[in-house]
Amino acid sequence: MNSNKWFNILVPIISVFIGILAGAIIMLGFGYNPIQGYVALFNGAFGDPYFFGETIRQTTPYILTGLAIAFAFRTGLFNIGAEGQVIVGWLAAVWIGTTVEAPMIIHIPLALIVAALAGAIWGFIPGVLKARLGVHEVIVTIMMNYIALYSANAIIRNVLTNNADKTEMIAPSASLASEWLEGLTYFSRMHYGILIALFAAMIMWFIIERTNIGYELKSVGYNQHASKYAGMSVKRNIVLAMVISGAFAGLAGSMEGLGTYGNMTVSSGFSNIGFDGIAVALLGANSAIGVVLAAFLFGALKVGALNMPTQAGVPNELVDIIIALIIFFVASSYIIRWIILRFKKEGK
Amino acid sequence: MDYVIEMLNIRKEFPGIVANDDITVQLKKGEIHALLGENGAGKSTLMNVLFGLYQPELGEIRVKGKKVNIADPNVANQLGIGMVHQHFMLVEPFTVTQNIILGSEPTKHGKINIKKAEREVQELSDRYGLQVDATAKISDISVGMQQRVEILKTLYRGADVLIFDEPTAVLTPQEIKELMEIMKALIAEGKSIILITHKLKEIMQICDRCTVIRKGKGIGTVNVAETNVTELAALMVGRDVSFKTEKKTAEPTNTVLEIKDLFVKDSRKVNMVKGLNLDVRAGEIVGIAGVDGNGQSELIEAITGLKKTNAGSIRLNEKEISNLSPRKVTESGVGHIPQDRHKFGLVLDFPIGENIVLQTYYKNPYSKYKILNYKEIYQKAESLISEYDVRTPSAYTKARALSGGNQQKAIIAREVDRSPALLIAAQPTRGLDVGAIEFIHRKLIEERDKGKAILLVSFELDEILDVSDRIAVIFDGKIVANVSPENTNEQELGLLMAGSNQEKAGDNQ
Repeated sequence: MNSNKWFNILVPIISVFIGILAGAIIMLGFGYNPIQGYVALFNGAFGDPYFFGETIRQTTPYILTGLAIAFAFRTGLFNIGAEGQVIVGWLAAVWIGTTVEAPMIIHIPLALIVAALAGAIWGFIPGVLKARLGVHEVIVTIMMNYIALYSANAIIRNVLTNNADKTEMIAPSASLASEWLEGLTYFSRMHYGILIALFAAMIMWFIIERTNIGYELKSVGYNQHASKYAGMSVKRNIVLAMVISGAFAGLAGSMEGLGTYGNMTVSSGFSNIGFDGIAVALLGANSAIGVVLAAFLFGALKVGALNMPTQAGVPNELVDIIIALIIFFVASSYIIRWIILRFKKEGK
Repeated sequence: MDYVIEMLNIRKEFPGIVANDDITVQLKKGEIHALLGENGAGKSTLMNVLFGLYQPELGEIRVKGKKVNIADPNVANQLGIGMVHQHFMLVEPFTVTQNIILGSEPTKHGKINIKKAEREVQELSDRYGLQVDATAKISDISVGMQQRVEILKTLYRGADVLIFDEPTAVLTPQEIKELMEIMKALIAEGKSIILITHKLKEIMQICDRCTVIRKGKGIGTVNVAETNVTELAALMVGRDVSFKTEKKTAEPTNTVLEIKDLFVKDSRKVNMVKGLNLDVRAGEIVGIAGVDGNGQSELIEAITGLKKTNAGSIRLNEKEISNLSPRKVTESGVGHIPQDRHKFGLVLDFPIGENIVLQTYYKNPYSKYKILNYKEIYQKAESLISEYDVRTPSAYTKARALSGGNQQKAIIAREVDRSPALLIAAQPTRGLDVGAIEFIHRKLIEERDKGKAILLVSFELDEILDVSDRIAVIFDGKIVANVSPENTNEQELGLLMAGSNQEKAGDNQ
């Protein structure tokens, strides 16, 4: 049990380390100094309060999409539709933020709840299709992503604006932005959303580890036959898992809409917050605390990478490759797990 | 001496345990050599050492007198050692021939010469009297036939020594008889056989010598002709074992389970239970005897709510329970020890403690306001673990880590502890050793004596004859005979199970 726990912590750390090493080799190969490159990366993420604030800002939605995907994984479902759920959540939050007039104490919670609901509905549809008709959730959620993307674009252009490329800014009463946090971090875009994300992580832990619902969800995830035998409704649990998962992803969207940007722009492609959440969940071993730590790492990489071209002269394309390599090794921690086990076997 | 295989003073350690300690097995050419031991005694480990999956720490292996180093299963294959696995390794949609040549396909210009392979397989099958159709699909042939395909697979690869891993666990009495004929034919053709088993009767019937392993230690090798079942059992378990389960005469009272004209379809929408009638009274054990696939699984799934019925009624204490949800059925007083404990009985990745409350987790005191109370759950688990002697490092250990016998004990603890009016036990002792079987039979009889109704489904006639107070023979989805265990024997049951005595059903109903 104990050695198992250590193992679970050790594997991601080694993965990250190997990823960094591989990135260094690439930089060397192209004639750049890897130490300078990584110093730039580190500075870009933590070097001064502004960068640190940006890292936290980026971490916030990652925590929520990571939780969304981890939650579905626990029930044996692969919610690849977090991306679409983020989009509908974002749109819903901005919609409430721009059209409703209310005092802050009502406006913010209302916008958050509607965003979570929108994401939940986006998760409910593939959940029901899976439970009732056995349609695989991966296919449906991928399609739901496109529906979300283009519907959101259409709504922004035709409903929320008169053929403009972005919505108006949300009312100050709906904004999560904080002058205090901004001041603290030299005017980064850090906002109160991080508190909501951390609270959501606690909620996820509580649901999974302490409630009847969590017990049933895990049971269904591990063994549907035994769950049915024990009198649980497998179908109900599948739908429920997708709904809760979608709600987390919807909240992630609201972080962007109410916190970082304050509006929503017509977009030709995905934000990748939902897709990155898959890697966050995997690296975090589908546990709440793991997701928070992994999201922080991803946030730091994403933000820190922006500093690499300016400070170390590493070209943008190479930076993308290096970050991708780190994520690659992190995501394929399975290989590292296998190697360690193999060494253990040989050593004995 | 002309030993084909010698495993001398083998020792195999795993972190924390010694799985094999100073075990010696010597296989003579042309003999059937039994490897006898309880579950977890180390039989499989020893055979995996022989098969090259594990390397021994001490001891040596000799093949035909020459010392060999079996580094991996390929080496074992080259040395002429073949294994007939307990769980068949067959690709269902493939034909017999395709399965047999898998991994060593005869090719011509990169194309598989399936006609040639079919001819060879058919020749092999005919030579040993296996009666396998080389062109049949695996999914279309019976379990017994599938096992013969496994045998053919080893023969096709040129095996001289065949290891059978608990081959009779999945077979009907008729198929067991045929398997024994096949083994004799193999011996006659100069092959040698190691038979892994814990069924003493089979050893007495067919084996020449028997090596006993107990708790990883080699106890010794005996000539089967010079021993008997009682002695073998004592050697295996390390104490005297009673075979005849002690029990009083049943005193059945009111009818608990009453099934009338039940029809149930399987997943392919074919009727498997066809107008079945059955009563079980409080204070009796009714044994369902039958060949696998005659509607037993569908019957149990219908009673427990896992499957919808198509017609007929199932009444529990005079209340209709057919087509209720599994939870409703459980709550109305049905306990179920499922046939497949890994698929249905346990969530293997849950700790054993959480498996103990699999059907009751939502009830007070385990849960209040939908929040689980782990303290209560584990208190309950620990008390059941000690009461039912489940051997586990702790209640927090994952169910997966327990041995089969202890997993089954945990399931039985859970089901019996709920004190259901009707307890359904499907193959409750499959794959378990004598000690665990004794324990489980005693528990079933204890429950009977407390006035519970017990429905026992088993493919083991010994078990049916030994434990039941009344035997109902199932054939083709119907109960075709009700007999008393005192007035019948294996031969008669075997015939009834094959459907040869339909008239008797009419007399008895």
